[in-house]
Amino acid sequence: MNPYVPVLIMLFLAAATAAGMIAATTWIGPKKKFADKMEPFECGESPIVNPKQRFSVKFYLVALFFVIFDIETVFVYPWAVLFRELNWFGFVEMMIFIFILAVGLIYVWRRGALEWD
Amino acid sequence: MELLIFYAFCVGAVVSALLMVTTKRPVRAAMSLVATMSFLAGLYALLNAHLIAVLQLIVYAGAIMVLFLFVIMLLNIEEKEGKLAKNVFFIQLAGTVVVGILMVAMVVVMNKIGAPVAGAAVDETFGTTKAVGWMLFTKYLLPFEIASVLLLAAIVGAVILAKRRIDNSKA
Amino acid sequence: MMEAAATSGAYWLRLIIGLVIVLIFSQLNALFLVWLERKVAGHIQVRLGPMEVGPHGLLQTIVDGIKLVGKELITPARADRILFVIAPVLVFTPVLVAFLVLPFGPDLIIRDMNVGLLLIFAFSTFSVLAILVGGWASNNKYALLGAIRSVAQAVAYEIPLLLSVMSVVLMVNSFRFSELVMAQQRVWFVFLQPVAALIYFICATAETNRAPFDIPEAESELVAGFHTEYSGMRFGLFFLAEYTNMFIVCAVATSLFFGGWHGPFGFSFKIPGVVWFLAKTYVLLYVLMWFRWTFPRVRFDQLMNFSWKVLIPLSMLNLVITALVLKLI
Repeated sequence: MNPYVPVLIMLFLAAATAAGMIAATTWIGPKKKFADKMEPFECGESPIVNPKQRFSVKFYLVALFFVIFDIETVFVYPWAVLFRELNWFGFVEMMIFIFILAVGLIYVWRRGALEWD
Repeated sequence: MELLIFYAFCVGAVVSALLMVTTKRPVRAAMSLVATMSFLAGLYALLNAHLIAVLQLIVYAGAIMVLFLFVIMLLNIEEKEGKLAKNVFFIQLAGTVVVGILMVAMVVVMNKIGAPVAGAAVDETFGTTKAVGWMLFTKYLLPFEIASVLLLAAIVGAVILAKRRIDNSKA
Repeated sequence: MMEAAATSGAYWLRLIIGLVIVLIFSQLNALFLVWLERKVAGHIQVRLGPMEVGPHGLLQTIVDGIKLVGKELITPARADRILFVIAPVLVFTPVLVAFLVLPFGPDLIIRDMNVGLLLIFAFSTFSVLAILVGGWASNNKYALLGAIRSVAQAVAYEIPLLLSVMSVVLMVNSFRFSELVMAQQRVWFVFLQPVAALIYFICATAETNRAPFDIPEAESELVAGFHTEYSGMRFGLFFLAEYTNMFIVCAVATSLFFGGWHGPFGFSFKIPGVVWFLAKTYVLLYVLMWFRWTFPRVRFDQLMNFSWKVLIPLSMLNLVITALVLKLI
């Protein structure tokens, strides 16, 4: 039996529970709709600007750095598991890898791309 | 049983991929892509490729799709809908040609290496973190180290592209 | 093949009953945590907290849940309907997978998987996506701001979290929860890896959007952050998922740093492993709640700088030093 089948069943059960709870609210809850009530909340005022404004490019930078460093940690996973069997060779391998990325982090830092102001 | 799940995942992956290319709203398209990635992760899990399945979720469904969604939301692409509609025929033609070439290439490669044998026996350790790591850190050592250089290049590229904008907006 | 077919009926029944029990336990546990939070908050502010329904208000959150089911579901005008409806389901569903691999006791792991620890992190990425999409689909500026902040925060704190966990994996060489816990029979890893434990706990606080890192929901500036527009049980699902998540990060901390089902230094005092495990998890949860009523919210720039300039370099350094020490001894 594939070990992931319980995971799949769990996902089904959880999704069904969630859908069931929402369905229950839809069924039981009141349904009195009128235009003003459906407006997005804005402290009692009618919304005057479209919320979908452009955001600072810094958020994009953060997301990109995240992808890069996430991939770095992905390479660390198998290394951490194989650590004992890989001996000094594996150790040096990973140190070079981490060093190159640490250089990247220092570069980002020195260029001021991490500053929020 | 497993065959049934396999087909369900396949159908799911194809349907969500189709949804991704047909929907007109970028955020919905991105979410369909997340679904496709998750179904693929499910397929890997069925193949006993434990590490790859988990990484598919962490890297693709997690990190990369977050980046995609971020870009879509930050740029607010929504308003640009329909701008591409001018040369739709040529775009479709180009797409068909590219997919056709890919298809032919795939068939040629498949013929060359031979189709994978269905139900081929794999041993207990196949696809575990240890097995994948062992290949990565011995046989594929050079690609692994080059990956770090590639990541470094990506960092530098991102900073150079974005930093200019930040500096300009300040000045 | 014939044998498998004969046992499969009973096997499936047992599996599904087991999973339903897990589901019920996780949700009752989340409701209990909401009650505990309100009690802790009350007593810290020299109040009593909920007292009316049940002994010491113990049934208050169940009544609140029932009340939420009776509320109207509102979808704001010009919202992206499909995504708005999907987001709460997407935030609630994946967190429950973690319960399949958590080591509650020596014989109480439902599936002791080869990639157990990674599986939890893999499914936790979905809640980030759900928050982002839910906030965006709401067509509300507070919700969108909360969602964007939430994601920037979650991604910044995920890397030190994973790196600090890796220094523990480095010592055990496995992602299997049973092996991670067995390695701590004598000495808990919190004594061998104090820096990693500290980084993990800080990041876990941030990942669960708890104060002082509650910028995504910051009540005093963003109304309710990404779930501003959610009402009724849709809001309830976000809430349940949040408290279930708190339990999971504390349970993972218990099994990685505080010896899981083991007593301190190999003494179990004849107390069963499950009790040890749950007791330690609840102590950590209490600390998490204590944080909320002790520390003021940090500013967004402080938040980002702290992760990128302190936690990430520190966790990288910790990993390298751990590897070096392990190689030398």
